Amino acid sequence: MTEGNHGLESGGEVVPAEAEAAEVIGVRHGMFGVHGSGDTSGYGGLVRTVAMPGATPRPYGGWFDEAADTLERVLPSYGDAVEGVVIDRGEMTIHVRREKVVEVLQALRDDPLLRFEMSLGVSGVHYPDDTDRELHAVYHLRSLTHNRQLRVEVAVPDADPHIPTATSVYPTNDWHERETYDFFGIIFDGHPALTRILMPDDWPGHPQRKDYPLGGIPVEYKGAEIPPPDQRRVYS
Amino acid sequence: MSTDNITFGSAGAAASGPVADAYAGSRETTEGTVYTVTGADWDTVVRGVSGGRQEHVVVNMGPQHPSTHGVLRLILELDGENVIEARCGVGYLHTGIEKNLEFRSWTQGVTFVTRMDYLAPLFNETAYCLAVEKLLGITDQIPERASVIRVMLMELNRISSHLVAIATGGMELGALTAMIFGFRERELILDVFELVTGLRMNHAFIRPGGVAQDLPPGAVDQIAETVKKLKSRLTDTEKLLVDNGIWMGRTVGIGYLNLSGAVALGLTGPILRSTGLAWDLRKMQPYCGYETYEFDVPTQTTSDSYGRFLIRMAEMQESLKIVEQCLDRLTPGPVMVEDKKIAWPAQLALGSDGMGNSLDHIRQIMGESMEALIHHFKLVTEGFHVPAGQVYQAIESPRGELGVHIVSDGGTRPYRVHYREPSFTNLQAVAAMCEGGQLADVVVAVASIDPVMGGVDR
Repeated sequence: MTEGNHGLESGGEVVPAEAEAAEVIGVRHGMFGVHGSGDTSGYGGLVRTVAMPGATPRPYGGWFDEAADTLERVLPSYGDAVEGVVIDRGEMTIHVRREKVVEVLQALRDDPLLRFEMSLGVSGVHYPDDTDRELHAVYHLRSLTHNRQLRVEVAVPDADPHIPTATSVYPTNDWHERETYDFFGIIFDGHPALTRILMPDDWPGHPQRKDYPLGGIPVEYKGAEIPPPDQRRVYS
Repeated sequence: MSTDNITFGSAGAAASGPVADAYAGSRETTEGTVYTVTGADWDTVVRGVSGGRQEHVVVNMGPQHPSTHGVLRLILELDGENVIEARCGVGYLHTGIEKNLEFRSWTQGVTFVTRMDYLAPLFNETAYCLAVEKLLGITDQIPERASVIRVMLMELNRISSHLVAIATGGMELGALTAMIFGFRERELILDVFELVTGLRMNHAFIRPGGVAQDLPPGAVDQIAETVKKLKSRLTDTEKLLVDNGIWMGRTVGIGYLNLSGAVALGLTGPILRSTGLAWDLRKMQPYCGYETYEFDVPTQTTSDSYGRFLIRMAEMQESLKIVEQCLDRLTPGPVMVEDKKIAWPAQLALGSDGMGNSLDHIRQIMGESMEALIHHFKLVTEGFHVPAGQVYQAIESPRGELGVHIVSDGGTRPYRVHYREPSFTNLQAVAAMCEGGQLADVVVAVASIDPVMGGVDR
């Protein structure tokens, strides 16, 4: 999968035959996103796997090999920590086990050949059908020294959404981790004050999860409960 | 130790307690006495607080305070005039834009993201479109004219955003003339935006694959005219503030944060460049053809509010240079990608009943080609598919690195869109810049960060 893994033809979500290593995140039935109205489209029998680009074998090309080699050299537990490396669309993603994430980030920041000294924050992604890897935290890093950009991805199960905090390595992750906790419910252990940041303090649920609806939530305001717009009293 | 809480600006608390005052009501809570001050009766507060019980006062500045740049709430612990602790309360403008994006097609997403950082809407749109184009793998198929229009609009937008930063910053310090000048000049740019995109803000003009529509007749002349006017008028602000003793007295050495502090806190934009590091993504990670334009990256080494002000002034001049180069490069050509599976099917045109799909296109889909009609319908209602994967695309917005992380599952809607907002990240510096300083300097430091709450809260 060194090339041709972009799948740029329309309907590119169909998994190419050689991509066994691709990370399957769901299965799509039918077409046009139609559900519950009977098979009016004629495509109801269609079943397709939805998969993210899979792990890339060596060589990665460009500076990616050099970075991976350096990380392997400075990190004794490299084999333990790194689940795989994905090179896709000219960007490098290192998938890391959660126990090792702080160690990996520390190495990425401190080694002179890596020097990813600036964190661009954490963003969460929810894959409800990726069993035991439902919640992903994606760390974006930038090296000002070498003018490079890198992604570190950590997956945790929904039943145990704990990741050690990276604030000791990157203080800027403070608010970003709070935001990811707020919207996805990923708990960053050891964070100095892991509270909600954008939603109200007493908000129930984590709104960016896929099972959380868009709107339609009753809201409590000044002691009164305001029903969602479609359930309010009408005067017509 | 018990502390007293003071809320500025929120009216309506009943006046009760030891000192009944129409402007400074107070009530007892478990945290201590809470005073709500809406008028000029500071004396009343001081009398009430100075009961000898404690030395620190917690002041809630905002979220409706005129000098906190929108709905930013600063929670300040004060010892007299000195700030012991400064914290930010954000989220008052959260509208769930990132969540909404997951329920609309890729093209419709532009309409949402433009509403994030409302002073730099064209940057939000460009960052999103560049990321979608990267996912589609069509980055090098974007027509030259579309890229030039994008760069031109972004640079005009940078000027208008910096003008507001300086105008509101000036107003908060009492320099009302700076405010008048800033908003007057910004109006010139908003007129250009209105002519080109139809709207003064929330444009949704830059679309995946190009831009929504070509420049209207007369736009090039008006932009050239505006650049000429701005050149002379920007010197007005410069003469007013750059060597102004009062302005320097308020901003020099205030809001200090050095390079290592800025990198640790992830600060970018004028704050990072005020520490002496010439880090600008337009130079370091060029996009939209920025590597072919000639411009400088202004820096300062003072790491303070005054340095950031000087950088913004200089950046506006550099942006004018880029806009002039864009005007020279505007050669006729398409403004949307060739690929008919991605490109929006019709260009807009002005008809007798206002702006709409061009008559030629209507004639074709309604009278000549059934396939064209089906194609139009599918592309507009369902949208195009984007191959599965994730990308991170960053651009240099007026406030720093504006990054977009987009995940696609191969469908016609984004699976997840995350904005790495420079305002959100930069606001974390408030504590580092303000603690240990004076209350009056908090306003200066926050103004030099230039947060836009629409971007912070999204």
